[in-house]
Amino acid sequence: MIRERHLNIGLLAGLLAVALWAMLADQPFTITLATRAVILALAAAGLNIALGIGGLVSLGHAAFFGLGGYVMGVLAYHAQTYTPLELGPFSIAGTKSMPLIWLAAICVSGLAALVIGLLSLRTSGVYFIMITLAFGQMFYYFAISWSAYGGEDGLSIYVRNGFPGLNTLVPIQFFGICYVILCLVLYLHARLARSPFGLALNAARQAPVRVLTVGLDPTRLKLVAFVLSGAITGLAGALFADLYRFVSPTMFSWQMSGELIVLIILGGVARLCGPVVGAVVFVMLEHLLGGLTDFWHVWLGVILLLIVLFARGGLIGMVSGRAVAHD
Amino acid sequence: MSLILIIEQVLNGLQSGVMLFLMAAGLTLIFGVMGLINLAHGSLYMIGAFAAAAVAGFTGSFALALVGALAAAAAAGAIIEITVIRRLYASDHLDQVLATFALILIFSEGTRWVFGSFPLFLEIPPYLAGPVTLPGGIAYPKYRLALIVAGLAVGALLWFLIERTRMGIRIRAGENDREMIAALGVDISRLYTLVFALGAALAGLAGALVGAIQSVQVGMGEPVLILAFVVIVIGGIGSLKGAFLGALLVGLTDTLGGIFLPELFKLFTDPATAQSAGASLASMSIYILMSLVLIWRPTGLFGAPA
Repeated sequence: MIRERHLNIGLLAGLLAVALWAMLADQPFTITLATRAVILALAAAGLNIALGIGGLVSLGHAAFFGLGGYVMGVLAYHAQTYTPLELGPFSIAGTKSMPLIWLAAICVSGLAALVIGLLSLRTSGVYFIMITLAFGQMFYYFAISWSAYGGEDGLSIYVRNGFPGLNTLVPIQFFGICYVILCLVLYLHARLARSPFGLALNAARQAPVRVLTVGLDPTRLKLVAFVLSGAITGLAGALFADLYRFVSPTMFSWQMSGELIVLIILGGVARLCGPVVGAVVFVMLEHLLGGLTDFWHVWLGVILLLIVLFARGGLIGMVSGRAVAHD
Repeated sequence: MSLILIIEQVLNGLQSGVMLFLMAAGLTLIFGVMGLINLAHGSLYMIGAFAAAAVAGFTGSFALALVGALAAAAAAGAIIEITVIRRLYASDHLDQVLATFALILIFSEGTRWVFGSFPLFLEIPPYLAGPVTLPGGIAYPKYRLALIVAGLAVGALLWFLIERTRMGIRIRAGENDREMIAALGVDISRLYTLVFALGAALAGLAGALVGAIQSVQVGMGEPVLILAFVVIVIGGIGSLKGAFLGALLVGLTDTLGGIFLPELFKLFTDPATAQSAGASLASMSIYILMSLVLIWRPTGLFGAPA
């Protein structure tokens, strides 16, 4: 049995090695696949803060993923058409700068998470699942009917946004940006899980009444986790849209929310690198099975069922032999 | 904006609400009795519609198609209950979400495999085709009126089943205390299979009935599933009365919002802006309704206090 920490380091190093190998072997498509895996891992890592530590089963995280994507799409669209973005009394110029777009994506999706969280956290359990799902759908239908930015067809941008000092059009450089962000977020997650806040949040998941009796507000802890989680997933959404230079309402779809949860479960709930394992396996399955049959989702479904019914603790749990991720 | 149009739209809203009730009733029963959140309920709706289209294609009879839909959906429900769902009652909600999400993937792609990607069509039977003239001279499609009547009739039947029969007593007892009724000699796992199959049959029936006015295609179940979730969140999970009221509220809000919000906006701004702003707001209206109900009563209109 392998220690989980070693597994995590090996996994991240392996991912980097695949991308570097693909660069040397001149296989840009493999780099794109690896970038896709990294960005999906980032989105799921965001969700993992709410779901893994806080126990909040959000089936609406596609809302934040999509918002991040649309922030990128809208800002870049206004930059490439040289039109200002009118927001009531304010008029903002569009931008093609990644750091600015990221900041906007984090703020917008964090704000949305605050509002959705305030409403949804009035409830718990199944209600919470259904309500987050419904809010996700609300954004989906809004994006479809919002004809100013493409409606159902989505929005394309011509050139990938820029990052100071780098040429983001070179696949490996864009991969590098996403990879560094993923590592930073994983580091944040690891620190958070051991911080007083993380411990309190963990306690709020297991025994909210006890947390309340020692003078902490479990709802507030969960809300902070939810906002943080939404902001990270939003950032991933902006990167995802930049990878394909395209945003569409499908980023908001509830299947997307489901897939984010799937990524976490595949790897293992509340495990630091669960989302990374999940995303890598998912992208590989998508690529390999998708090449064999048009109906690869059937097999994905079967694999998922088997994992839920028989492999508690996900793939990391199977390899590291520990049923519980943290205690 | 004539009175006739308003009445027509109200009837359309009632029709979609009544069909939503059939979906929501199954979901809320399954949650109330077994404590299970079933995302695959939309797949059962789809199975009902496909079974109806297939049977109607073979036999040409709409009545047989409905029987086929009920049977196929109930059978599919019983099979997944016995093979998969049964293992999930003791699990947490996350596992239930995942497993039923996996079932959706399997059912959706499996159906695409068998029937292909093109939508099927289910014909409205001749005796229900065409308009009917209502008092006041309003011409309204006969089939939609039949849907309202059928939905209300099924609702009444369900009420009778739950409130007035021996099986209903067991189901309600199962909601309150499953250990106790198991101890009293009721075969609880058979009861669970029965409730699940009943919920599935209701979803299948709704799928077949609605399938005749929309196209029958893969993925048709999920939008309805999510609306049904909104319905039971509004009505209160586990409450049939809440599901009924919630379904009518959602059906009416959704239908009327889509028609009247753009008109309302035209009073204030120019038509083009009003059209797009109204449409955007209308698409969000039921979720706004849900938020308002939640702020007012976090467990829904008829839900038990947490």
